[in-house]
Amino acid sequence: MIHLLTSNWSAFISGFGWTLLSSVLALFFSLIIGSLFAILEVVPNKALRIIGNVYVEIFRNIPLLVITMFFYLVIPLYIVKINGFAAGTVGLTIYTSAFIAETVRAGINSVDPGQMEAARSQGMTFWQAMRHIVLPQAFKYVLPPLGNQFVNLVKNSSVLAFVAGFDLMYQGNAIASQTFDTVNTYVIVGIFYLIITLPISYYMQHLEKKLA
Amino acid sequence: MSSMIEFRNVQKYYGEFHALKDINLEIDKGETVVLIGPSGSGKSTLSRTVNGLETIQEGQLIVNGRDIADRSTDINRIRRDVGMVFQHFNLYANKDVLENVMLAPRIVLKMSEEENKKQAMALLDQVGLADKAHNMPSQISGGQQQRVAIARSLAMKPRCMLFDEPTSALDPEMIDDVLKVIKYVTSQSDMTSLIVTHEMGFAQEVANRVIFMADGQILEDDSKDKFFDHPTNERATQFLSKIIKH
Ligand SMILES: Nc1ncnc2c1ncn2[C@@H]1O[C@H](COP(=O)(O)OP(=O)(O)O)[C@@H](O)[C@H]1O
Ligand SMILES: [Mg+2]
Repeated sequence: MIHLLTSNWSAFISGFGWTLLSSVLALFFSLIIGSLFAILEVVPNKALRIIGNVYVEIFRNIPLLVITMFFYLVIPLYIVKINGFAAGTVGLTIYTSAFIAETVRAGINSVDPGQMEAARSQGMTFWQAMRHIVLPQAFKYVLPPLGNQFVNLVKNSSVLAFVAGFDLMYQGNAIASQTFDTVNTYVIVGIFYLIITLPISYYMQHLEKKLA
Repeated sequence: MSSMIEFRNVQKYYGEFHALKDINLEIDKGETVVLIGPSGSGKSTLSRTVNGLETIQEGQLIVNGRDIADRSTDINRIRRDVGMVFQHFNLYANKDVLENVMLAPRIVLKMSEEENKKQAMALLDQVGLADKAHNMPSQISGGQQQRVAIARSLAMKPRCMLFDEPTSALDPEMIDDVLKVIKYVTSQSDMTSLIVTHEMGFAQEVANRVIFMADGQILEDDSKDKFFDHPTNERATQFLSKIIKH
């Protein structure tokens, strides 16, 4: 296994790098997009609420692979050429953002409505009340499920392998088919995933304790 | 223009349910009005329409010269001038006591940080809680939380205050300190107050006027003395005898 690792070191590392990059980008943007849609789902304006709801229901209920293929194969035909890495990362971002929206919305709903009322009664706008009072409390509630979403995101980034995204899974497949050493290859791939996911799990638990 | 709040034929529905039935009510600047009535009669609903937390379906509701029901009215502008104190305090759970008082003046009034802090500490001192400035709401008692909530409202320099059963959620030994603060607030000559309460002794002390509601209607609207001496409405009389007995 050590030999397999050293002789394919650069492939593994580059795969790890692309997986890490895709995960970080998708995490950042899905958190922002997901939070925005979560807020859209609770605004007073009904039309906006419907938009938020439709977005979440669509992307939460389609397989990630289908969304990714759509960006990889369909978008280039009509809009812009994008490579596998970009298509995979965009697909991953949108798919994850729908789950994050649901999670954050649940958090917002678990904040006592009296908090919003008190803020509004002092003349704050809906957005000011959200930003200063409701969201900070909501995020505290949703930290544990949010951590799960982040871990899922990293694991789901293996979808890049299907669209030639040069990620860890893609490199693993390539190495396995060259060396025929499938067992050791996928063990190593698994360990690389753990290197990303375990610190996330650990850090979320730590944050949770700190904020409790 | 001497009225602070004026209801003109106001109707409020929750879906099919007729919660406020043809309310006509004028409260003058500087007045202290106590609103009483059995549970479910619409007292909270009435007070919450005044700052637009509940919308009305018909009629006019003029607060500080502006019609709340008019779509062009900026409700946030009205709310600056109308403080509200809730039964369950609703202090901002993610902010300490001092921040609770300073937040709205900072982001709504854009008050300078220095002035804001000075004002907040003075208000906390007034309600006897300057030493709790850096506690979180969960670390102080209900009575203390309610006094902070009053300080928080006063920080906006309101012209009118709405109190919705401010002592109903409190342990008996906490009530007096809160009532004392409310009494001080209402005693300021330019402050208009609408107070929903079951504390009749307190009502007799602070009220200029008493309003009795039942089933979404105002059944009696009298000066304090007339109300407590000889209420004319049958249900008001019954209600009073029940509530004063225990
Ligand atoms: N958000 C609401 N939706 C539906 N009905 C409500 C709502 N709020 C209050 N009500 C109803 O309106 C009536 C008056 O309620 P409320 O104003 O809270 O009475 P009070 O404060 O006098 O106890 C009650 O019958 C109550 O059930
Ligand atoms: Mg009530």
